[in-house]
Amino acid sequence: MIVRISTEGQYEIADSDIPELNQLDNAAVAACETTDEQAFHDAFSRLLELVRAKGTPVPDDELFGSDIILPPPDVSLEEAKTEFQGDGLIPG
Amino acid sequence: MPGLSGRMSTVVKAKISKLLDRAEDPSETLEYSYQKQIELLQNVKKGIADVVTSKKRLQLQEEKLQQQVVKLDTQARQALAAGNEDLARVALERKNVAQTELQSLDSQIAQLEQQQEQMTASEQKLRTKIEQFRSKKEVVKAQYSAAEAQVRISEAATGVGEEMADVGLAMQRALDKTENMKARADAVGELEASGTFEDLTALGSGDDDIDRQLKALSSTSEVDADLAKMKAELGPGGPKGELGAGSDPAAGAAQAAGEGGGPSPEQGQ
Repeated sequence: MIVRISTEGQYEIADSDIPELNQLDNAAVAACETTDEQAFHDAFSRLLELVRAKGTPVPDDELFGSDIILPPPDVSLEEAKTEFQGDGLIPG
Repeated sequence: MPGLSGRMSTVVKAKISKLLDRAEDPSETLEYSYQKQIELLQNVKKGIADVVTSKKRLQLQEEKLQQQVVKLDTQARQALAAGNEDLARVALERKNVAQTELQSLDSQIAQLEQQQEQMTASEQKLRTKIEQFRSKKEVVKAQYSAAEAQVRISEAATGVGEEMADVGLAMQRALDKTENMKARADAVGELEASGTFEDLTALGSGDDDIDRQLKALSSTSEVDADLAKMKAELGPGGPKGELGAGSDPAAGAAQAAGEGGGPSPEQGQ
């Protein structure tokens, strides 16, 4: 699965890492629903860390569309609210 | 995928496939798409130039403030040597404000520096991707039928389209931040123009509005510490009444000679 961190780049993520990603995604949605700034930033930064740590950067000369696009690392809770709704960025 | 990000990639994909579908000759669309990519690359370059301009502006302001700090420090010393502690205090208060402003300028310049680096890296990446798209496009045009070309190129087009959207987003965010800094830099510029950091010789006797604000702004303890330090540096022969009366330049000259020359600060001749 190809995941893009907006303004940063694309990473290839193994299917086995998706459940953990999905868990953090759902945590971010929950934090957005309750407008819990701290919880949102916790969940979102762990989500980014996971992608950076487990993912393999897609080389610059490869052209792929992303399966998931995450907001930029400096996203505010207000901006994020429009994205982290329902199922979040990752279905399920 | 209900989120905006999901939407974004969908919109990009839809736009591109629509473009490809509509064209009778995909190679024409490919050329058009490539031209658009080159255009965006130019925009990114312009964005980088904007950030550099803002940075230079802040750096210039920083230099000016640094000069003011030195000047106010000198003026405080002169005032103290002349026995005018009140004036010395005002000078130090202003120095304090200028120094605080300098610190915030420092961090803003560092932030712009980082933005410039990020955008330069993005430009590089986009350039590589566009180059990749160009070579794919040539291969597809040469080897495949119109129908096949559409299928072959759509993933590549999506990849470039998404990268372009992302660079655009990064640029927008960088420019928004730069705008905020510009507004702040303008405010400091106005403060400067209003004479806040200006020459103290022009200062009247009573406290004016600016002075009161400055006192509130600057940390008194820091000013006190500065004042005490200066007094100690001036030594026991420093803030005496007789020196205060001496507005003749010889006193200043003796002071200046003291730092470079012989160890006789008492009397010149």
